[in-house]
Amino acid sequence: MGDHEQSMTSTVWEATRRYLRSVAVPLGAVLLALIIGAAIIWISGASPWLAYKALAKGAFGSAEGWRRTLEKTTPLIFSGLAVAFAFKAGLFNIGAQGQLLLGAITAAWVGFAVHGLPWAIHAPLALVAGLIAGGLYGYIPGALKTYTGAHEVITTIMLNYIAMGLTDYLANGPWKDTSEGNIVARTPEILPSAHLPTWGWLPLGFLLALAVAVFAWWVLERTTIGFEIRTVGRNPHAARYGGMKVARTIILTMVISAMFAGMGGAVETQGVIGRYQPGFNANLGFDGITVALLGKTDPFGVIPAALLLGAMRAGSSQMQFDAHVAKEITDVIQALMLFFVAADMIVRWLLRVKAAEGEEKITLSTGWGSH
Amino acid sequence: MSENEVYALEVRNIVKRFPGVLANDHVNFNLRKGEIHALLGENGAGKTTLMNIIYGLYTPDEGEIYVDGKKVEIQSPHDAIRLGIGMVHQHFMLVPVFTVAENLVLGAEPTKGWQLDLKAAREAVRRLSEHYGLEVDPDAVVEDLPVGVQQRVEILKALYREAKILVLDEPTAVLTPQEVEELFVIMRELTKRGVSIIFITHKLKEVLAIADRITVMRRGRVVGTTTPAEATEESLARMMVGREVVLQVPKGPAKPGDVVLEVRDLKVEDERGLMAVNGVSFEVREGEILGIAGVQGNGQTELVEAITGLRSAREGKVLLGGVEAPFRRPRFLIEHGMAHIPEDRQKHGLVLSYSIADNLVLCTYYKPPFAHGLQRNQQAILENARRLVKEYDVRTPSIFTPASALSGGNQQKVIVAREFSRPVRLLVANQPTRGLDVGSIEYIHKRVVEMRDHGAAVLLVSAELDEIMSLSDRIAVMYRGKIVAIVNAGEVDKSQLGLLMAGGQLQPA
Repeated sequence: MGDHEQSMTSTVWEATRRYLRSVAVPLGAVLLALIIGAAIIWISGASPWLAYKALAKGAFGSAEGWRRTLEKTTPLIFSGLAVAFAFKAGLFNIGAQGQLLLGAITAAWVGFAVHGLPWAIHAPLALVAGLIAGGLYGYIPGALKTYTGAHEVITTIMLNYIAMGLTDYLANGPWKDTSEGNIVARTPEILPSAHLPTWGWLPLGFLLALAVAVFAWWVLERTTIGFEIRTVGRNPHAARYGGMKVARTIILTMVISAMFAGMGGAVETQGVIGRYQPGFNANLGFDGITVALLGKTDPFGVIPAALLLGAMRAGSSQMQFDAHVAKEITDVIQALMLFFVAADMIVRWLLRVKAAEGEEKITLSTGWGSH
Repeated sequence: MSENEVYALEVRNIVKRFPGVLANDHVNFNLRKGEIHALLGENGAGKTTLMNIIYGLYTPDEGEIYVDGKKVEIQSPHDAIRLGIGMVHQHFMLVPVFTVAENLVLGAEPTKGWQLDLKAAREAVRRLSEHYGLEVDPDAVVEDLPVGVQQRVEILKALYREAKILVLDEPTAVLTPQEVEELFVIMRELTKRGVSIIFITHKLKEVLAIADRITVMRRGRVVGTTTPAEATEESLARMMVGREVVLQVPKGPAKPGDVVLEVRDLKVEDERGLMAVNGVSFEVREGEILGIAGVQGNGQTELVEAITGLRSAREGKVLLGGVEAPFRRPRFLIEHGMAHIPEDRQKHGLVLSYSIADNLVLCTYYKPPFAHGLQRNQQAILENARRLVKEYDVRTPSIFTPASALSGGNQQKVIVAREFSRPVRLLVANQPTRGLDVGSIEYIHKRVVEMRDHGAAVLLVSAELDEIMSLSDRIAVMYRGKIVAIVNAGEVDKSQLGLLMAGGQLQPA
């Protein structure tokens, strides 16, 4: 018994140590990025201390700040989950942006074009429409990869351009807002019955994002499909040997991943923007890559990573106002974070952390046509 | 030999600690000039650690190293090379697309002004091959060469850097029996030219065939040094493992029953689209072991992959229990009672970053009790792991340990445990003991024979002729994609099999 307990405690200790080691790199990357960011602020003649204080105040200093932060965080959770989920099957979904745009415009269409439904039906319907639109768009690179061997990095980049062109066309053509006085490319406003509400500082969309994160974790860690996805990601040969259908798993993973992105677009339309307007969702999908990497491609890691980026966006105006530091410095800091997470050897060397035994390696890309 | 003989290389009281492990525990070892000294031991016995110390990859915590009687410090492979120590690794360090000459001079290139002097490089290859009797074409591209010749290039590389002491790390693991013979001739030739060789291996027969002296290591310590004249396979195995080892698994006569696996006119292409298996037919019955012998690369890999559902066939049929099996549907085969020990355990057999528990359900994860519907049953998965780890004696700190942290023998035990824990009608074992130590080989052999005695049909593929001969009830010899003969195991000897494997014919008795 005593022996058993001892091994239990040592297992717990071991797990804790492994956990600390695994978060050391993202935390170190954030820290390094903030330090270098501070140096840049200082060189530009402002006080880093004041700047960061104003940034935090803007993001968390009031209920209004919290609302802004959570609003900015929500789409980043969705796109971060999309990228992280695909990573688990060894796929690099750069197409979250395009999938998100299609989700956003589809939800907008359902939101303004479908009349006479009560909120309880209309809002979910628009959400599901966005989710399906994203998912279908994710089917394309998945199918191209399994049937023709086309690398998903290339195809999703291309599909992003197509999505951009398509949504621009729709917002400027058939679905254009024709109300009096409007000259910009945008869809009509969605009906109130399709709106996702914000209660005080708490947007419903944020709760949905948390629920989807739990769902993603559950699929990956607790279901047979998740086991197949992770096995294909880590060793496709062993997956085939174990009787798994590798091609089907890759397509399914891309579809689920893209559904997350599509839902993120729908939530953005229904909860924040209220319509589809080109340019309003810029970069949300690409920022998902930063979020996913900063969150160690773990569904629960994605949440704090998205919150961090969301807070920097929400607080940057306050920073500009109080400390006279250009808003764009937050983009620089975000880029530095991504840089240090990707070049993790630098952080490991600085912090003297070794990669944990058996730790999953995040491979950004496995060479063209290696599958 | 005299008391104060000057050794080519001597290490005294070497100690090397790793966190939690004493990898070398006061190791003493010496190498006479011009001898072949075999270093024998199981995986993890400390051979590789010792060699890495000699080659400057590790620095010892304690102890001294002497080269030609002079005390030396070896801080890096550069120091080792300067002292005339060369190493041929198990996995070759050659640039596949370069020629032999280019590979040879890589890192110490002769130059003419700013340019690589390829003529001088070619000349160096010619001079060395002549001097040491190692025949290689300097202009051949390395990736086109057979493995045995690539190894020769590695040896030449060391000699080009003027190595007088050569460390060969498991050099025979990748070679065919013929290539092993050739390597031994080369090794003898080298010692005549004054090169001293440390030969690392865990193959007992080879040690007895080639070594002048044999040092055995176990758990970081030197157990003893002996000579082939004084030692036998049994005595060496005992020294390595620390207990009596059964080298030949006792097995009764086969009691063949119904046909389980039937292969009819199978034709399978390899990656290059060549017909690697060219019309093969055979059957395996319950309660018997059919061994497939053959020099590697005669279609065995493709044959097994087609039978086990990993590769599709051009023509022909595979029937399992009378039912035609679709190609490329491993799950169909698994559900119809096939167990498969794959040739490459790290590629097909395991997900290295997964825990042992997850690896143990790789083929059955979707079925009760491991899953109910979509939801996995963690409890049942862990339960299964605890039971199998105990039953199959997998040496691991816990069932959560990633498979990558296990030794080769224990990795193989995980695979065997997984595959044998289902009801098995057909066992396909491809190179089941490759790279394993004596103790693990004994264990796997026992389990395979047990499987047969419980009524499973066993298809065994191995490049080790000894393994084929000691386990099989019938032996099929494969040569250039065809089965050239199927014989009863008791009726042929090794040389006859060797003849068949080389494409010869048996003389009618």
